[in-house]
Formats: sequence, structure tokens, C-alpha cells
Amino acid sequence: MLAPYPQLIKAGYRRYAGYRQAALAGMTTNVVFGLLRVAVLSAVLAERGSIAGYDPATAITYVWLGQGLLAVVLLWGSTEFSERVRSGDVVVDLGRPWDLPTALLATDLGRAGAAVGMRLLPPVALGALLFPFRWPDRPLTWLLFAVAVLLAVCVSFAIRLLLNMSAFWLLDGRGAVALWGAAGGMLTGLVVPLPWFPGWAQQALWWTPCPALLQGPIDVFTERVDPLPVLGHQVLWAVLLLLVVRVVLARGARRLVVHGG
Amino acid sequence: MADRLVTAGVYGRIVGSRLRSQLAYRVSFALDLVAQAIGQGIELFAIAVVFTQISSLGGFTGGEVLLIFGLAACGFGVADLCVGAVERLPEYIRTGEFDVMLLRPLGTLAQLVCADIALKRLGRVLVGLAVYLWSLARLDLPWTPLRVLVAVIAPLIGAAIMGALFVAANAVSFWVVDGREMANVLTYGSSFTTSYPITVYGPQLRRLMCYVVPGAFVAYFPVLALLDRPDPLGLPVGLRYAGPLVALLAVAVAAAIWRLGVRRYQGTGS
Repeated sequence: MLAPYPQLIKAGYRRYAGYRQAALAGMTTNVVFGLLRVAVLSAVLAERGSIAGYDPATAITYVWLGQGLLAVVLLWGSTEFSERVRSGDVVVDLGRPWDLPTALLATDLGRAGAAVGMRLLPPVALGALLFPFRWPDRPLTWLLFAVAVLLAVCVSFAIRLLLNMSAFWLLDGRGAVALWGAAGGMLTGLVVPLPWFPGWAQQALWWTPCPALLQGPIDVFTERVDPLPVLGHQVLWAVLLLLVVRVVLARGARRLVVHGG
Repeated sequence: MADRLVTAGVYGRIVGSRLRSQLAYRVSFALDLVAQAIGQGIELFAIAVVFTQISSLGGFTGGEVLLIFGLAACGFGVADLCVGAVERLPEYIRTGEFDVMLLRPLGTLAQLVCADIALKRLGRVLVGLAVYLWSLARLDLPWTPLRVLVAVIAPLIGAAIMGALFVAANAVSFWVVDGREMANVLTYGSSFTTSYPITVYGPQLRRLMCYVVPGAFVAYFPVLALLDRPDPLGLPVGLRYAGPLVALLAVAVAAAIWRLGVRRYQGTGS
């Protein structure tokens, strides 16, 4: 029997690509906020020509990549899995002849693949057309960026799943997801570039998985730093968090109480 | 007159029941409140980070930008608390609940708003108010009667303008299927634009988000009045005190759009 995972990637892709109008609406929101953020960052850089290696073109590239990538890594994720824990539907998922974390990851990778075309490319293209833009100098950077985005999706997937799995204990995963939703934009470098943070805050954040989601891939694209440590940080956290997901899922499944079954 | 009192009593009881139901789950409510406060705090932190790198933005010092931010956060927070529930209009239309509202002898907008007052949004208001009061105290302004008046009514004017924007923008759902995201661009976008001096935006963005959508009157102009400082854009001084008029106009326009939408409403046909 063929493994189901390639099929799940395709299914995840099709499911997301099916909602074209929703993607367009979401993309429009990202573009409008991109315009506003470009205005503010440009005003900031008008005071000082360049901050921590960010000249206007780099800052603009940072904004548009961030506005597109946030939908690809799905920074503000859904509570779908926690709902399935609460309703007991998760029993069906656990009972299927697949490895559940791998199956969920495959679906999410498919979704992310569709989001690259529908949510990342349009804002980046628009930003590059309307504003000074910083394209990579080295061809290899494109490949490294693709790898960085893939790893970012894996890390983000693990964080989202862990937050959702809090429902095994709390019955309701919304609180945890809401807190991450509120703080994630700042911690991952979406709102203000992490290199603008005070030194201690930057050091503290690079000990966490947060920069792997947005700041890391953006740094790789703008060639602002050596890409290898960034990718190393991503690989480390992806592996670690995916392992934690397995442990937590095993423990959570043991705690699972299915009502009325 | 007696009718009006009865109606007011009905609304009072609806709102009271909503508030009690939210306070029933204390831990969940506290977490929600904290999440809202953090959400607003994040934007504050962003401004703080930016000002570790620069000393002025668009011609305004860090303290002045914080005053603008605090005032904008108060206005948006109060508006979101009072009429933010209007965001759920698409849901009410889709499920047919809106038809039920039309049958009741009460206003549709008032019913919609009362049905879902989310007390957790106080978290945002509290952060905004704290920043506003702290900035006012720190700027050490001479407290003339006019300035006191402006300081007191500015958050309310801001709330009225933002509230009108919430209603006007979300009324789009009467015309398009699920216009919530479209409306959010205007409402949350304005929450963003009003938090910074309008000098940071280019001319086109400023025309749209500060004058057509009267975002400049939420925080920028009142803060100029409070600081009694020259406007980097050189706009007429009278505009600083035009907030109440603009708010009245905004509310009237929003009410007209809403009524137009209700008149056009035909249900989903299901």
C-alpha cells in the first residue's frame, strides 16, 4: 500500500486553493497593511538613513515578504485541532492507519504550497513594482530561501499544533491560541525587525523558535546575514518541536476522555 | 416618553444579561482580558522599539507619539467595546437571525450591538487609557480650562468617529456576501493609521485614511490642540477643534448608510 502522505499534501493544497475569494480577501488585507507599514517604516528611516543594516529598500522588502509569509507559515492559526479534541472527533484521527503528526504536517505543507502562490507572490510582486525592492544578488539565495520557508512552515506547524493540543488538558485551546495570536507578531519579527530590538531582547529571542518563522527566512532573502546559522536554528527547532509534538500527543491521547461514546 | 423608558429598560436588561453571562466563566474571561491587553501592548512595544533607534517620527517626539497612540487606542477600544459586535452582521444575515431582528419592535442596529457586547475588549481600553493619562502627565502641560475640556472629550469624540466607521464599514455586508474582511481593512486599518502622526503617510494614503475616513480627527488633531504646537503640515488651526462636528457628521453618514442597507436587505432566500 502506498503511504497516504503525498496524497494528503495534494489534498491540503486543493482544500486551500478551493477558497479563492477568501484568499483574495485575505491578500487584500495584507496588502493594505503592507502599504501602511511601509509608510511608517519609511518615515522611521527618514530620520536615520539606515538602522541595523536596514536601508529603505531592505525595510520595504522586509515588509512585503512578511505580509506574504504570515499567510504561508499561518502565524494566526486555526483552532481546528482543538475543536476536534473537544468534540471527540480526534479519536477518528488517532484510529486511522497513519502517523497522525506526519499526516497533519503533510496537509499543512500542501496548504502552505497553495498559499505561496495565492498569498505570498502577489504582495511581493506588487511591492516590487511600486517600491524600491531588494532582490537577492546570489542565485543560490533563492534555493536557500525556499528551504527556509519550508522549515518555517514546519516550526510554525509544530507551535500551532502544540497550542491546539493544550485542549487535551484544558478542553478549550482558544485561550492559548489567542495569546500566541496577540504576541506572535512581535516575537517573530513581523511588526518591527528583530535587529532593531535592544541587544538583550534579540539574544533572548534567538534562543526561542520565534525568529525561525519570519525574521529568519526574510534575513536569508535579503542576504543581510550568513544564511547557514539561520537555517541551522530553523532545523534545530523544527526537529526539536516535532519531537515534542509526538511526546505531547502520546500523553494527551492517554488523557483523552471521549464523552458519551 | 413612557414608551422610550420601556425601550431603554429592555436594552438595559439585554446588556445586563450579556455581561453576566461573560462574567460567569471567570478564568476564561480573565485570560481573554489579558490577551486583549497584550494585543494592544504589543503595538505600544513596537513604538517603544522604534524609539530606541530614533528620537522623532514625522516631526513628533516619542512622548507626543505615545499621546497620539494612547488617544487612538481609547477611541478604537471604546468603539470596539460598544459597537464592535456589528462585525457579526454577515453571520446574522446568513443564519436568518437578521430577519428575526426586523420583526421585533426595536432598532436593528441597537439589537445587533446589544446582543454581543464583549466585555473582554475592556482590556484594550484600559491599556489605551493608561498610556493616554501617563503621557498627559509626563508632558507637563499647563492645564487651562480649554485644554482640560479637550483632554476629557477627545477620547469620546474618537470613539464616536471610530464607532461610526465600524457601522458604516460593516454595513457593506448588506450589499456583498461576507464583507467582514473588507470592513476589517477599514476599521483595523484605521486603528493602525490613527496611532501614528498623519505626517508619516504619503499624500494619497493621508487623503483616504485621514480625511475621507476622518482618522485625523480621532487622535492627531486633538493632540495638536492639547500640545498647542505648530502642525508640520501647516493645516488650519480650526481643524484641531472640529472633532465634535466631524463626529456628528460621521455618525449621521453611518446611520444613513445603515438605513439604506436595511431597506435594501432581502434575506438570503433560504
